[in-house]
Amino acid sequence: MTHPTQFRYTKEHEWVDLEGNHAKVGITEHAQDKLGDIVFVELPAVGTAVKKGENLATVESVKAVGDIYAPMSGAVVEVNTQLESSPETINQDPYGAGWLVILEVSDPSEADSLLDASGYEQYLNEG
Amino acid sequence: MRYIANTGADRRAMLAAIGLSSLEELFDDIPQEVKDRFQPLELPVQSEMEVARILKELASLNSCQQSSISFLGGGVYDHYIPSVVSHITSRSEFYTAYTPYQPELSQGTLTTMFEFQTLICELTGMEVANASIYDGASALAEGVLMAKRIVGKGRVAAAQSLFPHYRRVLDTYCWAAGIKVIEIPYTKAGTCDLTALPQDLSSLVIQTPNAFGVIEELKGVKERLADALLIVVTNPISLGILAPPGQFGADIVIGEGQPLGITASFGGPFLGLFATRERYLRQMPGRLTAQTVDAEGKIGYTMAIQTREQHIRRERATSNICTNSQLCALAATVYLASLGADGLHELATLNLEKAHYLAQRITALPGYRLAFEAPFFNEFAVRVPIDPQAIRARLKEERILLDDPRFLSALGAPNTLRFAVTEKRTKDELDRLVELLEVI
Repeated sequence: MTHPTQFRYTKEHEWVDLEGNHAKVGITEHAQDKLGDIVFVELPAVGTAVKKGENLATVESVKAVGDIYAPMSGAVVEVNTQLESSPETINQDPYGAGWLVILEVSDPSEADSLLDASGYEQYLNEG
Repeated sequence: MRYIANTGADRRAMLAAIGLSSLEELFDDIPQEVKDRFQPLELPVQSEMEVARILKELASLNSCQQSSISFLGGGVYDHYIPSVVSHITSRSEFYTAYTPYQPELSQGTLTTMFEFQTLICELTGMEVANASIYDGASALAEGVLMAKRIVGKGRVAAAQSLFPHYRRVLDTYCWAAGIKVIEIPYTKAGTCDLTALPQDLSSLVIQTPNAFGVIEELKGVKERLADALLIVVTNPISLGILAPPGQFGADIVIGEGQPLGITASFGGPFLGLFATRERYLRQMPGRLTAQTVDAEGKIGYTMAIQTREQHIRRERATSNICTNSQLCALAATVYLASLGADGLHELATLNLEKAHYLAQRITALPGYRLAFEAPFFNEFAVRVPIDPQAIRARLKEERILLDDPRFLSALGAPNTLRFAVTEKRTKDELDRLVELLEVI
């Protein structure tokens, strides 16, 4: 499994693509594979403030429902509205068109505590 | 359920396992002054036959709806239940199974659930109905919680003319959920007064027919609500003759299913009806059955959108305080299916006509007049010239049952009696009631 090297990852299987103070958030290839066919995504309202570790979104598949936690603290500035009609995009392209939200993060240095691609890969192999 | 008594040896073994020497030690937590009030039952030793006779004699002293002429209403009504209802519900295939946890094995149960949901949708004019919840009052509270989840504002406006027990359940749920309940008064005609509707609401709750029996005007209400949801509480039998709330833009329709083939019992078990719009489906509480096709293309039924529910979503479920009243829902399904649309219309018409006949006769008596002038369905409130409790007590001696007038005086309608008239009341019974009122 290959994970984009420029992203950061959480042990809850979210990824973060940080540019300046904007963090694009999605779920990993591994997460979408474990969930199976995704049929519904519940996204937060733009403007919602979240703290790191708080519930950010909910992804529902035919066999499970998964809570997505905020990998960093901040405010939601954009959500991927395309997922409302095509939630399967997450299965097809988890690291690209299947992104969930963009956060304006309050402290970009929070990313330092996240895993890098090889660290995440190692974490998966241990699990 | 099988009853197998445990022996003295069983009890000693169980007590030893938890380190106690006597059964009494189990009750050590009960304060001594309470224990001092305990009295031995000192039942006489008698044969089964003798005991059965004594109990039968005691039971005959009960006053119940079957042995009385009931004008009781306020959410529970004395409708005739066709024998086909208990014939179907008492079949062991339905009677012994609870809400299915291996649902696809119970295709028969799932089929009836799907039919129930379909019937409730047709009746209410809504797009989605769940497989039922506890009762009308808890269904209402669930509807208000759901509206809060959708709209996000912590205020609900509730008509004062709601059944008082619905209001109490609503207050309990809202207190726990931190939702403020704002009461909306009623007009002199007995209808909800919407002239000064508060802002920033998650929902408005309006009941029709309301606690006074009065039919509310639903037209134009939804349009005044901004983004708040319109929750309508209704009596399913009234929908045999009244336009369904769905036609007036209701977002959630709530009802008590008891009139649909379920006995009054001791106030339950009842049947909460809950219908809404498809766009709110994922916020709906309760179970849902859906139709699908199997691998061979044959129609089958399955539980659907279970991710809303507590066995999957745990504390984030749409509700952790509901269940499907499946046997009661089955009774309602059989009841509605046996009546059909025309039968339900005929039944509702009978209720309406008989109630109006009685109202006409009562209000012809000196001093008796309708408490409210707005149209009513099968129950109505009458302002009476003497103490309503005295009237009620006198009629009870004649085995004629009326609701306690305190329910209405608490709503600001003193000296008022409410009469519910179903298809079961004969002309003789109605005339007899009027004759008695005339001489009280």
